[in-house]
Amino acid sequence: MNLDPRIPDGPIEDKWENHVNHIRLVGPRNRPHYRVIVVGTGLAGASAASSMAAMGYKVDAFCFQDSPRRAHSIAAQGGINASKNYRNDGDSTYRLFYDTQKGGDYRSREANVWRLAQLSTQIIDQAVAQGVPFAREYGGMLANRSFGGVLVERTFYCRGETGQQLLLGACSALAQQIHVGGVKMHTRSELMDIVVVDGRARGIVVRDLITGEVTSHAADAVVLATGGYSNVFNLSTNAKNCNVTATWRAYRRGAGFANPCYNQIHPTCIPAAGEHQSKLTLMSESLRNDGRIWVPRKKGEQRRPTDIPEEDRFYYLEERYPRFGNLVPRDVASRNAKEVCDEGLGVGPTGRGVFLDFRDAIKERGHDVIEARYGNLFEMYKRITDESPFETPMRIYPAPHYTMGGLWVDYDLMTTIPGLFAVGEANFSDHGANRLGASSMMQCLADGYFIIPSTIGNYLSSHPYGEIQADHSAFREAEAGVHALTDKLLSIGGKTSPAAIHRELGHLMETKCGIARNKQDLESALKEIPLLRERFWNDLAVPGTGAQLNQALEHAGRLADFLEFAELMVLDALTRDESCGCHFRTEHQTEEGEALRNDDKFAHVSVWEHKGTDQKPEMHTEPLEFEALPLAQRNYKT
Amino acid sequence: MKFRLNVWRQGSEQEKGSMQSCELDEVSSDMSFLEMLDYLNETLISKGEEPIAFDSDCREGVCGMCSLVINGQAHGPMKATTTCQTYMRLFPDGSEITIEPWRAGAFPVLRDLIVNRSSFDRIMQAGGYITVHSGPKPEPNSVPINQQVAEESLDAAVCIGCGACVAACPNGSAMLYTAAKVSHFALLPQGQAERTDRALAMVDQMQTEGFGSCRNYAECEAACPKAISINFIGQLNREYIRATAKPCNARGQMHAQ
Repeated sequence: MNLDPRIPDGPIEDKWENHVNHIRLVGPRNRPHYRVIVVGTGLAGASAASSMAAMGYKVDAFCFQDSPRRAHSIAAQGGINASKNYRNDGDSTYRLFYDTQKGGDYRSREANVWRLAQLSTQIIDQAVAQGVPFAREYGGMLANRSFGGVLVERTFYCRGETGQQLLLGACSALAQQIHVGGVKMHTRSELMDIVVVDGRARGIVVRDLITGEVTSHAADAVVLATGGYSNVFNLSTNAKNCNVTATWRAYRRGAGFANPCYNQIHPTCIPAAGEHQSKLTLMSESLRNDGRIWVPRKKGEQRRPTDIPEEDRFYYLEERYPRFGNLVPRDVASRNAKEVCDEGLGVGPTGRGVFLDFRDAIKERGHDVIEARYGNLFEMYKRITDESPFETPMRIYPAPHYTMGGLWVDYDLMTTIPGLFAVGEANFSDHGANRLGASSMMQCLADGYFIIPSTIGNYLSSHPYGEIQADHSAFREAEAGVHALTDKLLSIGGKTSPAAIHRELGHLMETKCGIARNKQDLESALKEIPLLRERFWNDLAVPGTGAQLNQALEHAGRLADFLEFAELMVLDALTRDESCGCHFRTEHQTEEGEALRNDDKFAHVSVWEHKGTDQKPEMHTEPLEFEALPLAQRNYKT
Repeated sequence: MKFRLNVWRQGSEQEKGSMQSCELDEVSSDMSFLEMLDYLNETLISKGEEPIAFDSDCREGVCGMCSLVINGQAHGPMKATTTCQTYMRLFPDGSEITIEPWRAGAFPVLRDLIVNRSSFDRIMQAGGYITVHSGPKPEPNSVPINQQVAEESLDAAVCIGCGACVAACPNGSAMLYTAAKVSHFALLPQGQAERTDRALAMVDQMQTEGFGSCRNYAECEAACPKAISINFIGQLNREYIRATAKPCNARGQMHAQ
């Protein structure tokens, strides 16, 4: 497996510009001959599809929802980072780079992170030009707030619905391109396979979710923008239908899967209420700007939270991390919440919860200011829990939220399969072992608006267009495989619903490969997952046929991939015998309980290669180099 | 809790549908409405019966995928709330609940409770954008935007495109949906260049798709999960009159807010 990241030469601050200057171009007259497939229409997919179509490429875009605007980027709440330094508080490209590298616990590729920081400011310019109504100050200038893990205010926002507004911006550009014929949009179409001929990606096979029809689509390049795999935990903050299928099937076709064990558990989510829970709802991290996190000092506290006096409240983040306080990075906040709950100090009916209290902020800034900042989040919380955060502290608990791992890509965002690209959360590149808040939208849009439209030319210009069409035998074989899988799922004839097996998988992954991991649990998970998979293939119930709208069949197909993927994730977590960022192995911690890296052995990207069904995958590594920012122990305490 | 459910079942767009009833016991009051349906579906699947098809995705009230007319109300009884954020504690134990798909000519039923809302996307494609390619752009702070104007624009822009406004309207009108997008851009300096064409094109497409006319019933505002005001319909009407009064004079129309 070739893992040459193809990082351009030169000093880190000039790499991207040098690269763009020397990228092979496809001329404007030739671009309409090249066909590019984009799968997924979230921030990365919609921005990539619209940008490439505007350049003149013919784009086919696919999403499984009924409209491109439904993609889960829409649910991102808090904001998007950009090193504009509007607050004059010392922000710069270097500082955003530094924060992202440090936040990622030095497990990302420096050159990519620098480029991300560089492009961040252009994203804001682009979004404003599209009509994204960012929050403004009274003088009409753009407003900022701050997010976890940083000491500057660089986050741009639209109330608590920044993701919605940015996605609608990207989707409006997509709609414009659909209107002028640059993009052909295929909704309610789910990717089933990727077609590779002579070692290059040539197209995809999709299933129409309304009619069940399976069709082939050929292209000169394929871009996957299919998001992350947090739903391997069943309960996560991801939308119900988010899945690993596209990236997993790419992996099975030869794309290297990087760092599958890196998944972020978001510290501020509403705790689960019971077995019936279908997803966990995120409460924006921006709440940590004004909310104070605490638990009662003594176990079995019976008083109402509002009656507990100051001396009996344990503000554990403020006490343990005086400099960052409630704004420590997500992994640190999540682990601390789990620890205090493990010690029996947790609150709420299940004991898995901590308080996020706005009492002091309301006293200091006034009810109206807090309502203006977080009104819609408070309302959402009340609808779900029947409690008002104005009257009693919120209860929160960490939940799987984002996956830093994904398909390995080089500097051009190309996977190990030439012609197959991955953008946004679907790739692995920029967040290392932990992503900072308000950085995911930044990465998706940098990839989609600015990086892939340039770098894809580097690949396309080296190959003639239209070499292989959808009548090629490789497409027939892939279609046959899809039909065979559908028939197999429908013919099991068991008693257990896909949802029930998904719940079991989620429980297993949460307890054995969640916030904190250890060798023993991981080894036992490696034994249990194949057993669960066996049950799936022997006792699954999927009513109906493949030639109709069949949601149980859709779920079963996605779950089949999760059941395979889970094993790779656990294997990666076991192999990475160190702690870093969100990957916390209890065997490796400092005396203060912080993640203890082992840079001598693990300063690399772990990339897994598929070796065939039921074969052990092979691990390769891409060594990481630290020139612009030397390795250091993360410290958020002083 | 225990409920009697009357649910619309329909095999496909071509087939005829009907209401079917069932009893569901052991429902928790902390279940969301869709979790209640998940639970019902799991029961159906384990009995080998076909589950009820319904759309949903984010389950936090923002993707706009979920729908459902519950007891005659689009998105159920709670104001400014989507179906996915509606909880069973709102329904009296032992009561009867009727669940139907969005009902509108421009939203044909695909199966059970799932409808085809692609007509909404075509309205957006007709003009719901500012034509701007990716690449270097002017410094955004060079064009200050009044804070309240930005907020008002966002009040319109929060539309999730779910279609409740159409489902709730006796005429099946899509005026609130169209008005929200037209107003979002009309209020911003960046939206001025295409202001006229946008209003004309989107209204034309809305009529082509077969949505009904607005008669100011205001049912749309009452059903809207984002509480978008019908004042924006007033704005759409003004935009449309403005566009038809002086068509094809884009240069003269460019008054920044």
